[in-house]
Amino acid sequence: MSSHAATIRPGPERSDKPSYLTDGHTLKSWLLTVDHKRIAILYLAAITVFFSVGGLLALLIRAELFTPKGDLFDSDTYNKLFTLHGIVMIFFFLIPSIPATLGNFLIPIMIGAKDVAFPKINLLSWYVYMTGGSMAVLVIVLGGVDTGWTLYPPFSSTYSNTNVALTAMAAFVTGFSSILTGLNFMVTIHKMRAPGMTWFRLPLFIWAHYATSLVMLLGTPVIAITVLTMAIERVFHVGIFDPTAGGDPVLFQHMFWFYSHPAVYIMILPGMGVISEVIACFTRKRIFGYAFVAMSSLGIAIIGFIVWGHHMYVTGQSTYADIVFSILTYIVAVPSAIKTFNWTATMYKGSVSMDTPMVYAMCFMGLFLIGGLTGLFCANLGLDVHIHDTYFIVAHFHYVMVGSAMFAYLAGLHFWFPKITGRMYSEGPAKFGAIIIFIGFNLTFFPQFILGYLGMPRRYHFYPEEWQVLNVLSSAGAMTLGAGILLSMLNIGWAIVAGAKASANPWMAKGLEWENASSPPITANFDEAPIVTEEAYNYPAQLPSAAHH
Amino acid sequence: MSDQAHAVPGGVRLAHHFDDLEQQHESAQLGMWAFMLTEIMFFGGLFLCYIVYRNLYPEAWQLASHQLNVLMGGVNTAVLICSSLTMALAIRTAQTGGGRIPQIGWLALTLLFGTAFLVIKTFEYKEKFEHGLIPGPSFIDPSGHAAAVFGAEVRHARIFFSLYFIMTGLHAFHMIVGIGMMFWTMRCSWKGYYTASNYDGLEMFGLYWHFVDIVWIFLFPLLYLLGAHATGGGGHH
Ligand SMILES: [Cu+2]
Repeated sequence: MSSHAATIRPGPERSDKPSYLTDGHTLKSWLLTVDHKRIAILYLAAITVFFSVGGLLALLIRAELFTPKGDLFDSDTYNKLFTLHGIVMIFFFLIPSIPATLGNFLIPIMIGAKDVAFPKINLLSWYVYMTGGSMAVLVIVLGGVDTGWTLYPPFSSTYSNTNVALTAMAAFVTGFSSILTGLNFMVTIHKMRAPGMTWFRLPLFIWAHYATSLVMLLGTPVIAITVLTMAIERVFHVGIFDPTAGGDPVLFQHMFWFYSHPAVYIMILPGMGVISEVIACFTRKRIFGYAFVAMSSLGIAIIGFIVWGHHMYVTGQSTYADIVFSILTYIVAVPSAIKTFNWTATMYKGSVSMDTPMVYAMCFMGLFLIGGLTGLFCANLGLDVHIHDTYFIVAHFHYVMVGSAMFAYLAGLHFWFPKITGRMYSEGPAKFGAIIIFIGFNLTFFPQFILGYLGMPRRYHFYPEEWQVLNVLSSAGAMTLGAGILLSMLNIGWAIVAGAKASANPWMAKGLEWENASSPPITANFDEAPIVTEEAYNYPAQLPSAAHH
Repeated sequence: MSDQAHAVPGGVRLAHHFDDLEQQHESAQLGMWAFMLTEIMFFGGLFLCYIVYRNLYPEAWQLASHQLNVLMGGVNTAVLICSSLTMALAIRTAQTGGGRIPQIGWLALTLLFGTAFLVIKTFEYKEKFEHGLIPGPSFIDPSGHAAAVFGAEVRHARIFFSLYFIMTGLHAFHMIVGIGMMFWTMRCSWKGYYTASNYDGLEMFGLYWHFVDIVWIFLFPLLYLLGAHATGGGGHH
């Protein structure tokens, strides 16, 4: 190790205080905990259940689409399958995935605090999430909902005969868990930083979550009032969005996308934060253009609020609005591009080691590139008319939501697994799982770009026979993807019970969570309150390739 | 520093995860303001609906606005402004080291005004029920009262009343929550938690209360007064 200022501390000796996992063993000590780390674990457990449900629904959809005719389900059931898949995956997996688990666990530790600013509100947010989640489960038990996750009126508010109001209220309630999480993160990052932890010494994971918390705070209340109003219209027949009552259904779409486009950034920004941490660690370098990457998170959060109209080019909104939204959508791609270029530049002449988190991060960069660039196709006023509501859109947003957000989630879970559990997973199956997931993912969604370009509409139960080859490829890919995820989950599950004990800093990474906290951390996070004296990612120069494990 | 919450003079407690009272105070303040920002966005969606439909259906908006009881709305506005004053005085009492009895006195007055608002609002709603101005399917019944009043604009007037009930209903819901929290705040006051050196809880509750009042300050002219103004000469009841 270098004898210069920059050193990597191997982390504290095992503390004599109990770790957060052993500090209390009763059920009550978990269900009434105010420890951000335990709340993160509660979220992780619940989110994993919803992820499995959403994934199973996806497999059923793809199983149906093996053949051009409806063999397995009738059309009504098919409508419910893709609706529930969307609602479960977006509101109950993607939105809380990284923030509520990794964010909750890591933000206080990374900034040198003992907890988030409002620990009780943090616990409350989990109960709110569980309440919304139970309502969603109730929707499934009562026979589902068939409006598509977008809940567009007048179908949702007037004509659908399924459990729309309950679904809307499930989304409404769950939104408040997101608001409470965002509130906590924002205040925590402002007020709880350790001495010396200045804004520009913050890890990029923190910057990403700060930007995310702004979107959560400003966007989520709007979707809440939107779906509430729609549900009131449906239940009391009052006439707000229904055109036969003089209402404007396009107004609903404006309000819906005012949240739901920025919501994409709630799903992807935390993932970008994870990728920054992973790339810095496994290239042993400070992230190139740190300040640009940090500011680009804020740029995405802000510009992301004024591009929603790109979902509505075919609704008949004004042409001038179309043009402005199109230009702004091109502009919002710039900060994402800045991040991608900077990550790539970070790897240049770095000591790159291909551990599992880095494999996921590399996959992320390739898939996000495709997901992001195809987004520009959709932003184009002319081309969008051709690909609107086709499988091209489905492929595009799955490259962002799954190829990017889920891959980042898996990268983060593997990266911080030793910190969270105090154990190591086996590297072989983890890497193998990552590669299977990567292959399965591309096999599933790349053919959908072609299908969409050829004109196959999304949400259709039947399709012409000439598209069967591409659909079979896609369905086979989905099964492969499912198998890869199952394998990775089993590997991680096995490591939780039987993995080898991890040291405090198994990757020899920079950062308070690695250098100052044990694995797993004690309840108060640190034996001694940390004082920060260096910038983030201060890796020693010319370190021989990663000396971890 | 102890891991346990420890008492400081006056009964305010420093939570285990803060370094000092100042950090705790600043966090509470920032959190409260951020929360109010979310509330603005929440009501903002409804204000957007109001603006869009008012632009689409100005005549219906004017006619429907006339059906609201400006007197009751005006009295309620005055009642809420008074409640904001007594709330501010409760905080000022704590700030200047006033004892718990005057604190509770001002809070009780605030509670009284808040309750009065809700009572008047209930009578107003009752009046709308009796006049058949409930925006359900019966509103557009050709033989109903609303059809007689609004004529061809009855569907659009129904949207006005939908928004009227959702906006004022949501506001009233916030009032009810505020009144619930008032009892809690009075209990804390009784226990002597709020002193000149620290009265965070009282201050945060005050911010909430003022915010809910301000929402009404916007609702009253938009719903009750705009139509009256638009009729031109002699348009007042
Ligand atoms: Cu969008």
